[in-house]
Amino acid sequence: MSSLHLASRNQKEILRDPISLVFGFGLPIVLLLLFSIMQQNMPYELFQIEQLAPGIIVFGFSFLTLFSGMLLGKDRGSSFLMRLFASPLGAKDYIIGYFLPMLPIALLQIVICLIAASFLGLSINANSIVALLVLLIISVLFISFGLLFGTLFTDKQVGGIFALFVNLTAFLSGVWFSLDLIGGAYKAICYLLPFVHAVDAAKAAFEGKYQSLGGSLLIVTSYSVVIMGIAITVFRKRMSS
Amino acid sequence: MIEIKELGKSFGERVAVDCLSLKIREGEFFALLGSNGAGKTTTIKMMSGLQTPTSGDIKISGESIFSNLQEAKQMMNLSPQETAVAPNLSVKENLEFTAKIYGRDKKEAASRAIEMMEKFGLTDRSKTKAKTLSGGLQRRLSIAMAMITKPRIVFLDEPTLGLDVRARRDLWNILLGLKGKMTIILTTHYLEDVETLADRVGIMHNGKLCALGTTNELKEEYQKHSLEEVFLYVTEDLEVFV
Ligand SMILES: Nc1ncnc2c1ncn2[C@@H]1O[C@H](COP(=O)(O)OP(=O)(O)O)[C@@H](O)[C@H]1O
Ligand SMILES: [Mg+2]
Repeated sequence: MSSLHLASRNQKEILRDPISLVFGFGLPIVLLLLFSIMQQNMPYELFQIEQLAPGIIVFGFSFLTLFSGMLLGKDRGSSFLMRLFASPLGAKDYIIGYFLPMLPIALLQIVICLIAASFLGLSINANSIVALLVLLIISVLFISFGLLFGTLFTDKQVGGIFALFVNLTAFLSGVWFSLDLIGGAYKAICYLLPFVHAVDAAKAAFEGKYQSLGGSLLIVTSYSVVIMGIAITVFRKRMSS
Repeated sequence: MIEIKELGKSFGERVAVDCLSLKIREGEFFALLGSNGAGKTTTIKMMSGLQTPTSGDIKISGESIFSNLQEAKQMMNLSPQETAVAPNLSVKENLEFTAKIYGRDKKEAASRAIEMMEKFGLTDRSKTKAKTLSGGLQRRLSIAMAMITKPRIVFLDEPTLGLDVRARRDLWNILLGLKGKMTIILTTHYLEDVETLADRVGIMHNGKLCALGTTNELKEEYQKHSLEEVFLYVTEDLEVFV
């Protein structure tokens, strides 16, 4: 029960911040629009909405990393977390309290982007529902990164790290250009990291290619589990000292 | 009764609290007085279960708080040295949130929030987001959040730090009103806080408890005219004379 009170507080804390709303929900839509317009003026097909929408939604998840990381970092820095540590809340309450409220925010991001994409020509069908679930699973990866950053760094540092992180997710994920264009070692490195797998999984889900979906999603989920595991371990350690 | 027995805490080589023994009565207003770095915050962190002591024990009514930390935390609360409020929640929401994470239901949390807002003069700010409050009001809210759970023991770490004259006096009056209703353990480096509020004072220096008693007892014991003179005398670095 207590964990839900913490979850509710954390969600309010994020959603009442106008910056969250502008970047988390506004920016992906602006990007969708921008690249769709670019596509209309291009002789070849680079940013078709079917390819673009899943990529941008996944890219938008990097703001979940920012929100969760900043919130946790700020709570640690401001001794708000100290106040919580003095309360009877247990370790699992914190995990639920900081993780759970991010899911509805992710869902909101997905739905808003899907609505915007449908206006730009994305057909909404049964695959979209599967894609929505797949995207929700992918969002866990980005939330985990945020919680790890927030556990390790202050909110100001998280801001800096986010600048790097958002570039990683942009350039190593194949959202903006096909990795085949560069290939070689670059592509190999990208495929060692989870971001391109996240985008691949999202695209496969929208296209209904369920055979190729499984592998990508498995890699993403494994990364999520490992990163969340590290975050929880470090957090517990900090809690007891 | 709170019984602190030979409490010690080291961070590597650095000894923050050194063999501190102390008894505090139920309902007492106790002040820990000391300069920056004396070990006050560390002592409070151990007492409130936030840090594990390197040595020694803390007992409440004869039972070590470390034997059932969860239960001990339920009957204590604290206001950290730095104001700790949820910035985007309103005054009322901050208060209710605290009551709820200590297990109060919605109705009780709401009625206690109203009670606390009255006590701390925050009623007209009920819907104001905490981050837009002045420093003094934020501090008051932070302390009200410590009081809303009606703890048996409440720790106030430097509650008057950084407050202007009026805010400080307002806080004094609020705290005087709460005196006797619960055990209050306050840390400060202001002598006036001690003289105005505390039943008894412990003077800390370099992690050690150097003096203990009521202001009058201390003046008598050390043959000084004021608490300030006592403080300066007992915290003088003894190495100088060796
Ligand atoms: N987490 C920590 N790691 C290392 N040293 C610490 C830590 N916390 C406190 N100290 C040291 O312990 C001493 C006492 O600190 P503290 O209890 O905060 O004093 P006060 O609250 O009286 O100003 C200081 O010298 C401080 O540097
Ligand atoms: Mg201190």
